[in-house]
Amino acid sequence: MSFRLAATPLDPAALQRALADIRAGACVTFEGWVRNRNEGQPVLSLEYEAYAPLAEKEGARILAEARGKFALLGAVCVHRTGHLQLGELAVWVGVTAEHRGAAFDACRYLIDEAKARLPIWKKEHYASGATAWINCATRGDHAGATR
Amino acid sequence: MPTLTVQYFAILREQRGLTEEKLTTSAATPTVLYEELRARHGFTLPANRVRAAVNDEFVAADAPLRDGDRVVFIPPVAGG
Repeated sequence: MSFRLAATPLDPAALQRALADIRAGACVTFEGWVRNRNEGQPVLSLEYEAYAPLAEKEGARILAEARGKFALLGAVCVHRTGHLQLGELAVWVGVTAEHRGAAFDACRYLIDEAKARLPIWKKEHYASGATAWINCATRGDHAGATR
Repeated sequence: MPTLTVQYFAILREQRGLTEEKLTTSAATPTVLYEELRARHGFTLPANRVRAAVNDEFVAADAPLRDGDRVVFIPPVAGG
């Protein structure tokens, strides 16, 4: 079980190979990609910034919770930091289990909790030239306002 | 008065124009410290949308601050 941050591009094939386990009958993976649109605005690129020591601790806690809730064999979650271009892999989650039910459920749990809890922030760069820190708008702002 | 290190990330880092500073403050809790910094630097996020961490652990908004603590204010997160 491991959580980590990565400042360089992720290699999903290598990440999945590292989960290989002959006891496993199921491997479920999730890839979060940088897409070209958010809330109606064309997005050109994203920046991810992490508070690394706390993100690593919270990531380890999320994995430990998943291990307690689901019959897992292995689990890995890696989150990118830095400036990412469209189509790049931002987050990768992979889970192995004897059976697919636990693998699907745990993978969903890991990505949902990671998004909700890890101290990681996303700044979108828009085609208009504006930028915005996602979820940080305050009254009077709108998505895409330059701040 | 205690001397603290405050580290800034994301929107707060940009609004402060710094990643880290040492300061001496009479603020006894993260919320009081945040309000002090918000007034000084014009942070746009209200205190109720920011969480606090001390020495790399989440803490309650009214947790005590002690000399030498490293404080981080955590804007709404957006991983994934």
